[in-house]
Amino acid sequence: MSEMKKTSQAVRRLYGVTALFDRPERLLHAVGEVVKQGIKSYDAYTPYPVHGLDTKMKLKRSMIGAVTLVVGLTGASLLLLFTWWTNSIDYPLVIGGKPLFSWPSYVPLMFEMTVLFGAVSTVTALLVIWLNLPRNSHPLHDTDFMKKVSNDRFGICIEATDPQFDERSVKALLEKLGGASVEAVYYEERELTLRETILDPKFIGAIVVVAVLTSGAAYFGFNKMNLIRPWNSLTVQDKVLPETQSAFYADGFAMRPPVKGTVARGQMPYRYASDIPGAEKYMKNPILPTKHVMELGQRDFNTYCSPCHGYFADGQSRLQGQFPVPPSLHIDSLVTAPDGLYYEVITNGYQGVMPSYERQIPRDERWAIIWYIRALQKAQSPEVANVK
Amino acid sequence: MSEVSYGEVIDYTKAPPLVQGNPSLATIDDSIARPMEKLPNKKFFMALSITLTMLLIGAVALAYTFYYGIGMWGNNIPVGWAFDITNFVFWIGIGHAGTLISAVLFLFRQRWRTAIARFAEAMTIFAVMCAGLFPLIHLGRPWYAAFIFPVPTQHGVWINWNSPLVWDVFAVSTYFTVSLMFWYIGLIPDLATMRDRTTNKFKKMIYSVLSLGWRFSNKHWQHYEKVYVILAGLATPLVLSVHSIVSFDFAVSILPGWHTTIFPPYFVAGAIFSGFGMVMTVLILVRKIFNLEYIITMDHLDKMAKVTLLVSMMVSYAYLMEPFIAWYSGDPVDWYLVLMRATGHYAVGFWVMVACNVFIPQLFWFRKVRRNVVVLFIISLLINVGMWLERYIIIVTSLYRDFLPSSWHIYVPTITDFGILIGSFGLFFTLVLLFSRALPVIAMSEVKGVTEGAHPSHQIGAEHE
Ligand code: HEC
Repeated sequence: MSEMKKTSQAVRRLYGVTALFDRPERLLHAVGEVVKQGIKSYDAYTPYPVHGLDTKMKLKRSMIGAVTLVVGLTGASLLLLFTWWTNSIDYPLVIGGKPLFSWPSYVPLMFEMTVLFGAVSTVTALLVIWLNLPRNSHPLHDTDFMKKVSNDRFGICIEATDPQFDERSVKALLEKLGGASVEAVYYEERELTLRETILDPKFIGAIVVVAVLTSGAAYFGFNKMNLIRPWNSLTVQDKVLPETQSAFYADGFAMRPPVKGTVARGQMPYRYASDIPGAEKYMKNPILPTKHVMELGQRDFNTYCSPCHGYFADGQSRLQGQFPVPPSLHIDSLVTAPDGLYYEVITNGYQGVMPSYERQIPRDERWAIIWYIRALQKAQSPEVANVK
Repeated sequence: MSEVSYGEVIDYTKAPPLVQGNPSLATIDDSIARPMEKLPNKKFFMALSITLTMLLIGAVALAYTFYYGIGMWGNNIPVGWAFDITNFVFWIGIGHAGTLISAVLFLFRQRWRTAIARFAEAMTIFAVMCAGLFPLIHLGRPWYAAFIFPVPTQHGVWINWNSPLVWDVFAVSTYFTVSLMFWYIGLIPDLATMRDRTTNKFKKMIYSVLSLGWRFSNKHWQHYEKVYVILAGLATPLVLSVHSIVSFDFAVSILPGWHTTIFPPYFVAGAIFSGFGMVMTVLILVRKIFNLEYIITMDHLDKMAKVTLLVSMMVSYAYLMEPFIAWYSGDPVDWYLVLMRATGHYAVGFWVMVACNVFIPQLFWFRKVRRNVVVLFIISLLINVGMWLERYIIIVTSLYRDFLPSSWHIYVPTITDFGILIGSFGLFFTLVLLFSRALPVIAMSEVKGVTEGAHPSHQIGAEHE
């Protein structure tokens, strides 16, 4: 379809015929005539967007706004999803007692992300998809025609790919329409295959260098720089680290011993240590068996007691053979035993075989365990009165 | 000055031409491209040496800060924010005028914006660059800024999405990205023009790469214009949101003087006000230095003065509302703070601020003042001073008298504080100067589009010509 022209160096193909006009009105008129002739492959070139040209060229409305809308909304949704996952699922972060997923305070960010995603995607889509740029190897580049339309002339180019194209008649048409410097534009075939490729070793090399430099700088900044004076003030501080001696106090301790009689929170002193009858007589379960307490008791029982006593306190120890097997807690003497006994056994251990749980289990949780054992006992020996 | 005279009687019914003297399209290119094609003159190098010196002062002050820590500044609890955040809000505010001029005026079809839009956008970018530095600087250990970004870390905690400081980071970086793209999209045709003008091989390569191979094709222009509208539509609410979010940094706290609902609109108005002040300052210099008086005409400056007057009154309204609400709320702490602002240790700053932002712009009611370049220049400088002081007063006076009288503390800036402030001005003006030599300071393709006869008249005769 295109004419060939043999030159001394390479095969040159005809791209099209160009013409220049000095006034936008003339261009508009010419475009109108070209359209009337039924020519499809042509384009107008102007130093600034000229009003009315789009309608003359019968161009369809640009639909690029759809990209903005879709990607923009995607940006907002992604942000909402991300904030929800990070602050309420992956690492629940309670701020000011508000719900974990307090979406109103994500609204400003959702807006920002709509704009960011929308703008970046629109510009990228415009350049890469709609305009097929960057491209510096177009046949029209570096022609006198391009130099004129980038300055003060209004040009038209009828392309050789048009089915009606015939160099002579097109030239005649453009000249008739008042076009100046009507010229044919050729390009070398080589230009077609010329591609700016991302596989260019130079390009890849540059990427690698940038990657190495940035990761090196990041590594230095985060792992080395903060160990160098004076930036080490966060790693080297005037404080006594564990297992080191304080030069400040005579006894060498950094922590001051608590005042005599200090009671730590949740560590009420226990008066009946190794005094089973006393504990049985005076210790009463101080908490109520609410649902929460029962669940807490179940959790703690399964954690601390079940390895030896079994999940149902029936002595089905998972340490079978490695440790003395404890008795079932469903024997009559234990079912009837008062809560105080259990409290004493958990707190101080039993007969040197069962260890003390004073350090591991806070006071209230011990009582919760006892509620749970009571429930297990009732479940093991169902009585009509219990099944309600 | 190339003041136009419309005969004896000024004809207000006829809009003055946007570009004076009806120059040919080629002349427009020539005069806009001239600064890029000639070797800069002595004046340019003098200016550059001044700004570079300022930049150097800033660099030294920063090196001091990073070496010895932020103890080099006057900040001390409870005044934990002072020059650092003042400068941040100041610069980000200046950045807002650019987008306002290029996007908002574009949407309102104010075609006079073409002459100043490119410059205002560039100023936006440089101002946001200056602004962006301060949150980094105020950490004292700037590399720990990485923790504000939502990246997975060893300790598993994510950032707190409820914090305005996090919103701020997102807002400012979004703003920077979008402004940069807006600016760049506008530059592409002009870069292509430069590519076709230049005879220097090296320059040509750079312009070719930057212009992405733009061909002035109408099929391209069609989508290009659409994208420009879309970007303007996105940038307009963005401007408002960014400075609102900046104001949340204060308003979401519970400090008297900060915890007010008027802050977002108040800050946005202040941003536009200071931005217009700065655009005027710079443009008056540029049109003088590069002889662009026939493109940036007296009418442009006149219009900008009118906009400045309008926003000055919005700012004044906020100044009135603040003490009113403090009094009306009956909160003694709030009221005390109002009194402390007006009569306390920083009273001089407060009254200078009121004078610069409320009273002096009232001179713009007079046409004579609006059309006198020297007066305009001086007032624009005073507006910059006033707006910087506004942020300083808001930040420091609220902090230095907080709830606990035992921790009251008077903030006194140190030399390092001033050094960094000077440095930020140095950075800004250095970038402005370099920009004015390296890129077209006025949008050639847009100005060509607003010359007389740029668009075919819709008369029937045009068809048959
Ligand atoms: C390391 C294994 C082990 C664990 C864990 C353990 N126990 Fe025991 N427990 C024993 C053994 C062994 C005995 C029997 C001691 C004996 O009769 O000499 C026993 C006995 C008891 C008795 C009976 C005391 C009596 O008067 O006969 C009670 C009640 C009891 N455990 C409760 C608990 C509770 C509650 C927990 C969880 C906090 C718990 N145990 C955890 C090993 C364990």
